[in-house]
This record gives sequence, structure tokens and C-alpha cells, in this order.
Amino acid sequence: MRPFSYARPADARSAVAMLGDGAVYLGGGTNLVDLMRLGVVEPGALVDVSRLADDVIEETPGGGLLVGAGVRNGDLAAHPLVRRRYPVLAEALLSGASGQLRNMATVGGNLLQRTRCSYFQDVTKPCNKREPGSGCPARTGDHRNLAILGHSESCVATHPSDMAVALVALGAQVRVEGPGGARAVPMPGLHRLPGDDPSRDTVLEPGDLITAVELPALPLAARSRYRKARDRASFSFAVLSVAAALEVDGGVVRDCRIALGAVAHVPWRAEAAEAALRGAPATEAAFARAADAELAAARPLPRNGFKVPLARNLLLRVLADLAEMP
Amino acid sequence: MTTTDVKYVGSALDRVDGVEKVTGAARFAFEYRPRDLTYAAPVQATIARGEIKGMDAGAALKVPGVIAVIWHGNAPRLAPSDAAELSVLQSPRVAYRGQYVAVVVAETLEAAQEAAALLRPEYAEEGHDVELRADHPRLYRPEHVNPRFPADDERGDPDAALASSPVVVDAAYTTPAEHNNPMEPHAAVAEWDAGGLTVYDSTQQPSGLRGQLAPLFGMPPEQVRVIAPYVGGGFGAKGRAHPYVVLAALAAKQVGRPVKLAVTRREMFAVTGYRTPTIQRVRLGAEADGRLSAIVHDVWEQSSTLAEFAEQTAVATRMMYAAPHRRTTHRLVRLDVPTPSWMRAPGETPGMFALESAMDELAVACGLDPIELRARNEPATDPDAGLPFSSRNLLACLREGARRFGWADRDPRPGVRRRGGLLYGTGVASSTYPAYRAPAQATARAEPDGSYTVRIAAADIGTGAKTVLTQIAADALRAPVALVRVEIGDSALPQAPVAGGSMGTASWGTAVVRACEALTRELEESGGRVPPGGAEASAATAQEVKEQEKYARHAFGAQFAEVAVDAATGETRVTRLLGVFAAGRILNPKTARSQFVGGMTMGLSMALMEESVMDARFGDYLNHDLAQYHIAAHADVPDVRAYWVEEDDPHLNPMGSKGIGEIGIVGTAAAIANAVHHATGVRVRDLPIRLDRLVR
Repeated sequence: MRPFSYARPADARSAVAMLGDGAVYLGGGTNLVDLMRLGVVEPGALVDVSRLADDVIEETPGGGLLVGAGVRNGDLAAHPLVRRRYPVLAEALLSGASGQLRNMATVGGNLLQRTRCSYFQDVTKPCNKREPGSGCPARTGDHRNLAILGHSESCVATHPSDMAVALVALGAQVRVEGPGGARAVPMPGLHRLPGDDPSRDTVLEPGDLITAVELPALPLAARSRYRKARDRASFSFAVLSVAAALEVDGGVVRDCRIALGAVAHVPWRAEAAEAALRGAPATEAAFARAADAELAAARPLPRNGFKVPLARNLLLRVLADLAEMP
Repeated sequence: MTTTDVKYVGSALDRVDGVEKVTGAARFAFEYRPRDLTYAAPVQATIARGEIKGMDAGAALKVPGVIAVIWHGNAPRLAPSDAAELSVLQSPRVAYRGQYVAVVVAETLEAAQEAAALLRPEYAEEGHDVELRADHPRLYRPEHVNPRFPADDERGDPDAALASSPVVVDAAYTTPAEHNNPMEPHAAVAEWDAGGLTVYDSTQQPSGLRGQLAPLFGMPPEQVRVIAPYVGGGFGAKGRAHPYVVLAALAAKQVGRPVKLAVTRREMFAVTGYRTPTIQRVRLGAEADGRLSAIVHDVWEQSSTLAEFAEQTAVATRMMYAAPHRRTTHRLVRLDVPTPSWMRAPGETPGMFALESAMDELAVACGLDPIELRARNEPATDPDAGLPFSSRNLLACLREGARRFGWADRDPRPGVRRRGGLLYGTGVASSTYPAYRAPAQATARAEPDGSYTVRIAAADIGTGAKTVLTQIAADALRAPVALVRVEIGDSALPQAPVAGGSMGTASWGTAVVRACEALTRELEESGGRVPPGGAEASAATAQEVKEQEKYARHAFGAQFAEVAVDAATGETRVTRLLGVFAAGRILNPKTARSQFVGGMTMGLSMALMEESVMDARFGDYLNHDLAQYHIAAHADVPDVRAYWVEEDDPHLNPMGSKGIGEIGIVGTAAAIANAVHHATGVRVRDLPIRLDRLVR
């Protein structure tokens, strides 16, 4: 590991002021420290924001929930208001990582974790995300776990977070403190598709610090769930995941929110499926049409074609479960 | 002399070193800190084949704390050796990606690692070939397969028998490369002094490692000492010397100070061996009633260009079932890949996956219960050697397992048991593993204070070997277990074979019993009094092992699995796994159960998860960490149970025991694959059975 300096600022403003050349923010360190050990990132300075006074979870005047960026994943999952109002978020958090990691990982860091694509994580191999212009061996190599939607010639990586998939489904806002002041970034919208510059995962600019996530008031989210398909029951990244909320009235879908995980460079909001469902009967046939509407855009790679039927089946299952919920 | 009538063998004695381990007092290889210690960071090749043309060490040497950068251009010379894999830094040739090409030694680990990252080897890269194929032009028949079985074997006329069989199963199976991932990765601390070389290593055989290291450094074995009192798991990966330990010793020689070298888990995927991938074709010819007329099992597997490791994949097929016509073959191709090695029941594990899957396919084809099919093909004597079995209780295991598992009312139809979104199925498979015994030596000493010390260079890799040897010694001495101290894990102790091949306890235990018997006799002759200086007796079992009567000695077992397959996602989870084993006398039920349950867990892991993914363009295994290389963890093994049938087999060793370290894994993957077929109707012949094989 390369030598680096370490600082622990007192507040967000001074953290942003400290972020000079070669410095990065350190949250729970559950991903960044790994990447430093692997030589994937070699920051000259760590600005530790894990203990800023932003670990609060509080109700907003509009009936939503404000979650500080330093809140630990485990604490967020266990919060009574989260469990009651946004079960999809609690389930997503609990399906991610292990208990030990959830107790370290922060909400801000979780959103910014990097892809687990094997080529990205191995500095002896090319990767456009890690080293722009070096190529994407995953496209023609081992991409079993990689993207089927929104990928480009440059990159087929997926975003690894479970939490972010739920936040995209819920339409959360990310609060950011930057060199130019504070602003809000909506989700989806924080993460970006790879295009020809996969080195950038998000729309954040240098120095930007996530300070909080705001969950909107969303009554339909009380009927929501997260379902993750994975290669083992113990901690592992999603092969595919679905976050969904459904409001059914008189056998008709009044409203819905759907996002897919592990299918793209971003947590994928399934807008085509949502559009197909709103106003449709809450039947398996309608759910299937919605899934097909979304997956029409899928461009599976030679070795991950199974993700298309997997996404379809999983989405059908989640929607059917939600429709049957009392 | 205190004597007791209590028998310790067979009792569930707690581990004698349990407290040391759970309190952290037990020191493992990496935890030794000789004076003037330095730290090594190896550099691994980033090409799969070619030559090193130069080594720009300028930037690395400027890192504060760096003591030396060693590569083939400046490394101390090792003695010429056939062990090409161990001749580290002796040549510019690169034989596989990940091979060690240099090592940095520094005052701190951080400095060594930083410098290693700055080293710039210059390569002349050559085209490489890392893909195992059944039609590879360079396939050949090895002289022997591990350890010394003939590669091919044929009885009768299997082709004619297949052609005239009313029922034929002809199926190809594949198993991927798999890597041992013991809790404690490999590590060594090497130190030279006037007396020679001392190595603290995480090894399964202190004596054997000494024997491998000494000639490389041109020394007699007495000048090398290997110390390994505690080892955090092995499974075969630590069964023989790997390049890192030579690298540590060579670096320590070069810098004139002790060197510590820990192999990272990433590095392990190239330099500490792995289970070869296999391609297998099994053909079974049978009468309509299931009686086998022909068994043909052909195997293709790989080794590196540096060393021939030919796994004995089809060898168990030679003795498992009665069939008048039989052929088994092994073909090997030497590729530009890391050298494969031992991994828990090498050969038997992938081989029995194929055979026991094929037997299940035959049971379906004949409309027979799979247990009944096996009963109809039970041989009277070993079909391979023609010898009588010392004991063979496979059918007892199958029937006892069926009773405990609740097999009787099994509906054989595939794909019809659905509860909620889950498809349920059950499967069974047989296991076998040879009961080997190798020569060993031991000493037993009566101390003046009334206690006893037994010494043998055995290794306890987490199995409870030290505990069981204590029980064996106490019984042989007729002494209370509290008065018996067993010293192991040091090549300075009497020579002992590897903790591997499920033969450790049988081999060491024989020597311990003989040494204790000799000591008891000696004490009896001197009137039962321990002389002031103590009394000591020793034993060597080479003659006894050589002269043992001719029997086919094997342990047997049966695994039963229940799986739940998610109909939407294809996710397969093992809801119940049950094994019954016939492995001679069980010396300690507590440590034995751990071994069986551990073996079955590893088999479950093999069935559903483990796969080392090779990228042919780069030539290395891509998923080289535990986030990507999945092994079963707690949530994956909710209900794993092990039982045994007692066997009284007088033809084995003084304890009446068979090895138990490996048989637990052998049939597990097949039992699970058979259960997946029963659940879904889909026959998965390629491991691992991940959701992509089942999602539709």
C-alpha cells in the first residue's frame, strides 16, 4: 500500500475544504480500504468523514425521512420507521454484505462503492474504469455477473449496492456539500451509465461530499419489498435484484415503483415496467407484460443471457407477492 | 507408574489444545518473531509464458526500509533439482501467470509491499495455452496417477459389453478448478544460523518438508528444522512444499536475517496448488434389472509445464461396483497454468461425482431405487485387486442413512414436489476412500514425576490429531490422559508422514502405540519404577506396515441430500444433508463428527459454489478472493448431520481405525446433484450447480 496522510475534519464544510489533490473521503472503509490494498486506488490523503455529526435519522416536515450519510447500514436497517414505512430499504440493507460489514459501512459510502468486476479489481489487467483507454476485457471475458442493460463498448460493470436499488425505487434525494455549496441530487440521477467514460460512476464533482439521503413521503412504500437472487445464502453480491412497491385498488394497479439491481452500471429504475403497470389489472399476465416491456431493452452478453429470464421471473414473483399482501 | 483401566480411545475427549487456540496463546507460523526480523513481499508474473528480460528495481530500492530486491539475476543459487516448481528465482523462464519472479525484503511489511508494487519486470511474452480440452493435441497418458496407480486399467471387453447392454448410460461430466482456502493462509518465517535453516511454516508434514528443503540448499536433512505446532487448516494445500517457503528461505539466506513471508489469499490462487479441472465421460452398461455388465470411465485433466500432477480421478471406479467388464483411463495435458496439487480427497471427489451421478442416471433409466441399484452391484471382493475387503459396510451405510433420512416413502418422480415457490428433491450417493498407512517413528518417555511424553513429528491441521494421539498414547500406557503429553509439529521429533491421505492417525497412532508398548515393557522389566533420569522407548513401523496382510482396505459412506430449488430464480439451497460412514473404529466422536461434517460442508460448497474461473487470454484464475470465490458459510449449511456404523476391523492398525478426513466430501456433490435432478427434472452434469444452470 502506498503511504498516505490522514485527517479527521470536524464538519462537512471543513471536510470539503480539505479535499485537495489526491485526497479521498473515507467512510466506513469497507470498500475503499480493500481497493487501496489492491492498489486499485492510491490516494495521497484520506479525509475521514465517518465520524461527522451526520449519523442522524429524523423525520422531515414533509413526512419523509432524513438519513445522515454517516449512518451505519446496520442501524438504518433496524430503524423502526424504516422498517414500517420503507420495508424495501430495510430488506435491501439486510440482504447486503455481512453483519460485521453492515455495522461498519455508511450510507454515503454504500452509494459510492465501486464495481466488483474482477478486471477492475486486478491492476495487472486492463480496465477502462480504472485506467481509461486500456480496454474492457470483461466484455469478451468473464461477465457472468455483469450488465445486461445500459452497458457500452467501454464498460459492462454493474453497480454493486443493494441499498441503492431500494433508494432508486423510492425516489430518494441525495444531499451533497460541494466546493460551490450545498445541493440535492435525485435518485436515479446520482449514478451514471458508462458511455465512453466509465471511470466516473456518479455525477458528483471533485470535492463533493454526500451529507445525507432524504426519503420522500411515499405511502405506497409500506407495501414494498426487495428480493435478491444470489449464488449462496450467505453474504454475496446480487446476481440480480428487484426492489418494488405496489399500490393496488380494486384489482387495479394505482401506482408502483420498480428498480432492478446488478443489471447495469446504475441501480436501474424500471420506468417502462412502471408505465406498463399503472392502471393495469394486478394480474400475472399484466406483470409479465410489464417485465417484458422493461427487458425489451436488454442486451445480454454471451455468458449472462440467463439474467434476462432471471430478471423476468424475479420481477413477476415480487409483484405477485406484493399483490397478494394483505 | 500410575495405571488406569479407563479407555480413552472412543471417548469424546475435548481438544487438548482447545484453550490455547481459543485464547490466542497458540502460535501459528506467521506469529513467530525472531530477532532482526525482516518482511518479504513477492512479485508475481503478469504473463503466462515467456522470459524475464530485465528487472528495473530502481524505484523499489529507493523506498525507505528496503533491504534487497531479489530476482533470478541476483538470487542465491539452489542445488539442481527435479522439483522445477520449487527452483524459485533460478531461471528467466515464466511457466505460468502468478509465478514468483522476484521478492522484496524490507524492514516492514508495508515498505516491502510498496516496493514490490514499484518493481518493473521486463518480459518477452510468448503465446500461451491454458485451456483443458478433451481433444487437446498434447494429451498423453501419464506413467502413474497420484500417488502411484496405473493410469489405465482394463478388464474383460467393455466395448462389446456396452454394445450388448439393454440399458446404457453415456454421459459427460465436468468439474472446475477449485482452490483450497484454509482459514490460515500459507506463511513461513525462515532463519539461518550456524546450524543451518529453521523454518516456521504452516505445513501438513514437518518431516517431509525438511526432506524437500534440504537438498535444494545442498544440505543434509539434519541441518533443516521445520516447526509447525499449530496449523490453521490444510485440506492438502499444505501437504507439500510450495514455492513460497523456498522463497522465504532463499531470501533469508541472501539478506542474512530472518524473513517472514505470508502468502496473501490472492497469491494463493497461483502458487499453492488447486484441484485440477476435469472432463469425464462415464459409460455404464446394465441389464434391465440394474446389474452392471460394463463400467467405462475416461478422464481428462491438466497439469503445469513445471510438474506432472496427475490426479487419480477414475481410480475409485475400479473398486466401487461389481462389473465383469471395465475400463478406466486418465489423460493429462501440460498447460501454461499453475501446478495443481492435493485438495481434500483428490481424485475420489471429482471422480465419484461423475460415477455417482451416472449411477443415479442408471437408477432412473432402470426404474430402480438408487439404493437398491447399488445393492445389486455390491462386489464380493475388491474388483480391482481381487483381494478380500478388510471390511466393507457400504450397504449398511446406505440403509442406516435411508432410515435416518426418511427415504422409505420417497416418490421417485422428478420435479413434482412444490411448496410455495420451491421445488424439493432428495438424492443419495456412495462415498469411498482408501485406508492407507505409512511408516512412522515415535518415542515414548516416562518422566520421573510420573508423567509421560510422547514425541512424533505429526501435524495437527485442525483435525484434533494431537488430542486423538493423546488418547491413543494414554490407552497404550494405561495412564490417565492428564499425565500424557504429546509433542508434535517439529521435524526434530521422530519422523512422521503427512497429515494427508486420511492416513495421519492410522500411521502416527501405530508408531505411538508401539513406542508406548515398548516403554511399558521396559518399565515392567525394571519392576515398574521409573529411573531418576526417566525411561524412553522408541518405535519405527516401516516393517509392520510392509508386512501387513493383503486386504483391500477402504472406508465407505453414504450421503443423503435434500434440496430446495427456487422455481423462479433457480437458486438451490441444501435444506438437509446427512451422512453415514463406516470407517473402522471412531477414536473420538467429537473430533470425528467435526471431520465428517466439515467434509460434507466442503462437498456442498463444491456442488453449489466453488469454481476458479480461468480467463484464457490472461492465463490466471480471475476470482481470486473470498468475495468472488464462494465457499459455503453458515447460512448455507443449516442442517448437516454425520453418523457412523461401528466396524470391528482387525486388519487395519492397533486402533482398528480408518481415516476420516476425506471421505465426508467424496459423495456429497453427487448426492446434491442427484437431489437437484429429483427436485427439478434437470440433470446438471457440470459443477457448480449455480442458478444459471437452472433458471428458465
